[in-house]
Amino acid sequence: MWIYAAKRVLYAIPIALGVSVICFSLVYLAPGDPIQSLIPPDASAEDIAAIRRLYGFDKPVVFQYFDWLARAVTGDLGISLQSNRPVLDEVTRAFGNTLAIAVAAVILAFVLATFLGTLAAFNLGRPVDKIATSISTLGVSIPNYWMGIVLVILFSVQWRLLPATGMGGQGSDGFNWFEWEQVRYAILPMVTMAMIPLGVVTRSTRSAVADTLSQDYVQLLRAKGLGEGRVVWHALRNALPQMLAVMGLQLGYLIGGSILIETVFNWPGTGLVMSRAILTRDIPLLQGTILILALSFVAINLIVDLLQTLVDPRIKRS
Amino acid sequence: MMNFFKLQGPAARVAPRPDPRDIGGPRQPMLIARNLRKHFPITGGLLGRAVASVKAVDDVSFTVQKGETLGVVGESGCGKSTLARLLMHLVPPDSGEMIFDGQEVGARYGLRLRDLRRNMQMVFQDSASSLNPRMPIEESVAYGPRVHGMGRAEARAHAISLLEQVGLPARLFAGRYPHELSGGQKQRVNIARALALDPRMLILDEAVSALDKSVEAQVLNLLRRLKSEFNLTYIFISHDLHVVQYISDRVMVMYLGEVVEIGPVERIYANASHPYTQALLASQLHADPRNRVTDPPITGDPPNPVNPPTGCRFHTRCPFAEAMCSSTAPRLHPLAGEEGHIVACHMADPSSGHARAGRAGLDRLGMARPLAAKAASEPPCKEGLRA
Amino acid sequence: MSEMTTNHAIAAQIPGEDVPRGERRSYWANVRERLGHDPVTLFFMGVIGAAVGAALLAPWVAPHDPYATSMLARLRPVGTEGHLLGTDELGRDMLSRLIWGARTSLLMGILPVLVALVIGGFLGVIAGFMGGAVNMVVMRIMDVFYAFPSVLLAVAISGTLGGGMGSGLLALTLVFIPSLCRVAETAASQIRGLDFVDAARASGAPVYSIIVTHVVGNVLPPVLIYASSLISVSILLAAGLSFLGLGVSPPTADWGQMLSSLRQGIYMQPLVCALPGLAILIVSLSFNLVSDGLRQAMDIKS
Repeated sequence: MWIYAAKRVLYAIPIALGVSVICFSLVYLAPGDPIQSLIPPDASAEDIAAIRRLYGFDKPVVFQYFDWLARAVTGDLGISLQSNRPVLDEVTRAFGNTLAIAVAAVILAFVLATFLGTLAAFNLGRPVDKIATSISTLGVSIPNYWMGIVLVILFSVQWRLLPATGMGGQGSDGFNWFEWEQVRYAILPMVTMAMIPLGVVTRSTRSAVADTLSQDYVQLLRAKGLGEGRVVWHALRNALPQMLAVMGLQLGYLIGGSILIETVFNWPGTGLVMSRAILTRDIPLLQGTILILALSFVAINLIVDLLQTLVDPRIKRS
Repeated sequence: MMNFFKLQGPAARVAPRPDPRDIGGPRQPMLIARNLRKHFPITGGLLGRAVASVKAVDDVSFTVQKGETLGVVGESGCGKSTLARLLMHLVPPDSGEMIFDGQEVGARYGLRLRDLRRNMQMVFQDSASSLNPRMPIEESVAYGPRVHGMGRAEARAHAISLLEQVGLPARLFAGRYPHELSGGQKQRVNIARALALDPRMLILDEAVSALDKSVEAQVLNLLRRLKSEFNLTYIFISHDLHVVQYISDRVMVMYLGEVVEIGPVERIYANASHPYTQALLASQLHADPRNRVTDPPITGDPPNPVNPPTGCRFHTRCPFAEAMCSSTAPRLHPLAGEEGHIVACHMADPSSGHARAGRAGLDRLGMARPLAAKAASEPPCKEGLRA
Repeated sequence: MSEMTTNHAIAAQIPGEDVPRGERRSYWANVRERLGHDPVTLFFMGVIGAAVGAALLAPWVAPHDPYATSMLARLRPVGTEGHLLGTDELGRDMLSRLIWGARTSLLMGILPVLVALVIGGFLGVIAGFMGGAVNMVVMRIMDVFYAFPSVLLAVAISGTLGGGMGSGLLALTLVFIPSLCRVAETAASQIRGLDFVDAARASGAPVYSIIVTHVVGNVLPPVLIYASSLISVSILLAAGLSFLGLGVSPPTADWGQMLSSLRQGIYMQPLVCALPGLAILIVSLSFNLVSDGLRQAMDIKS
């Protein structure tokens, strides 16, 4: 098992390097001279020359990459063109806000989906199952950015129950999950975000639990007179590793794909940072945000895999 | 049980008919295999290096005469199927050589692999995967000739004629898909496919093992008929000793990737000399309930082929094992007084030093028989020479 | 191959073997037949067909010019005389814009999946069938792209390229190649070890011939099932990119972009503003359900 864990960690390194290569080459994807995308349009000739030297644009691309990588490893992701502040600071501040609603959304989806999926699995083919399946199909089919707008129309415009956008007066520095004045801003983004994982996890829970229920030993448990409650518990415990894996992946997708929902709700997370960076062509900020989001996705996958080995003894060997 | 289906009488040792494809003459064996070896590496550890290997086929040598059927028997996992795939070069051998009708396979001036495969074909065990599920069987049969350059219409006519030959009337069967056939019918298609390139030799890997007994007998009789019609040579691999006895001229017994005994079928079945062969034969079920097998003739599972026992690989399960058996590996040795019967057992070699040396084949699991008179001064048989 | 005389005698002696009778049909004929008995899937196929038809015939079916603005008739509600689905923030006819928008939205949804299907499927089949070092190289590169959440990768590529239809198509194609490649690779490497492939190799067939005749036909069903499920994702993502301003440039009609520009009107005409999203939802839902139906129809155990 330790060998598997070590292997898994080692395997993440080339992936992370590959991710960094892609992020690095984004600058070259951008139309025009890459330096144009790194400097403010009103920069003087000396500034341009200085930046050219600083970024090593006079050297071959491979050297530029390793220079960039060396700086990135020490946390130097460049300076945002718009705010003139280090990219890392901008991203880490926003990252916490994204993480807050993403984790909340995943927990919400997990609880609901476990309930719906188990209910459906115990009633395969009955109306309850049909409803649960419809909800899950809707969850993965609905454009969540549109659903956000619809929720705003309903809860903010029509019923005036919840704020439409933003994060409240406190901003990200003093956000507190236990203060209603702030939490009310997070509710709509969180619910919107939970839609896709709700659909995906309901589906996988349903099939995992149904699979367990069809096993012979479950029939035996029932034959031995075990209550349905205990049977549910058994079925869930067996479905858990798979559900965990799906959840972890979904958390990664939410964090990486938060841009649409954060744009709808003006939620000051990494997605909004990216959105702003795209709008203002702030390439260093865009590149840094993408790098950090992608690396955190790699890290989440790694953690999920390791957790799964802990929970599920069957996959101790690869 | 088998006797019930013996519709065509016992196998006669047929002298090969003259064949325009023949190169080496009737006395040249169809196939000579020398020291074939295949070890599959097992990777492990942090870097995925090879930490051990499964010795699937280890130093196997034998010959197949033209027109004969060589039966290959052994427990599952003894390397029979790997041997079949090695012979077809579906897995490349680690070492060893093959000589097909006098031509060395893969050598510079020898037989090219492509030409070997025209001359030697394989019939796979009937399974869900032996035929392409998305292809009508007629196309599966025609595929081989097509890749060898036959025109579409000609290949189709050829396939239809072959399907008829194996007992599948084309008007009923040609357009069918594998899932629309029964096991026996699928196996007939497998045979037709193997015949499509007009080969001289067929390797039949458990070709009838998955079939019902009655269907099995039909397919066996079909194989016999085809053998004489197409002037074929067979290597017949099976774990079923009855079937092997029925169809083979000679029998080769394998244990853990090694050959332990080769001999004419009647000698093997009447006078098995290797304790493993004896145990295998003793484990056969009889149709007559009065001859029920009560004691297990052999105990335990075969040892792990990753770390086969030292010396004689059978010594861990052999009732006659002595100290020397675990240290010295016996060589294939001709049996005294029996032409073409060779055994890898210390007991068969009078000079080995084993307490029962020279008495192999006479003790059937402890039941002593009169000692053989002849000394081991007979010239070694052809297998021994070539090996 | 002579001796056609003995055949009928042999044909007669097949006792004990069940001879399945009746019409013999190919796999695809079976799939068609099974789909024919699935009204839900057929219905949603009809919905998709209608959407595609409307998109193709937009110049003829759209009641108005989708670009004709009217300062006087801005943000009219659904059911307005002459504007069945109301008007947008510039007074353009919503129904016409939705019909024209179907062109870009469906194209952006379907084309990337098709291109990725060809490229990813090709790479996956090669990697899966060859195994060894080829597999290693191809799949490790795919793993790197797989290490990006799909939205992030699409936004990253399309965002750095500066948006537009071309960059959107490119970004989405790149997003779908790795997963399609994985599905094809898994299927191909399973087929690689099957007996009928060994039989083909044993008949001396060259690798490309084995791949074309024996592997592709068997890899296709799982890859097609998966690809059909991706179209819905692709439509959502494409509309999402347009919503972020990375899709086609205005005034070209596109559902995602309409959704974004109509946001300013949600206080006045919420229903009208919700329409483009509803269109996206209906199409995406249809593709999802058709994909489920295809999965059931194509999952035939022989």
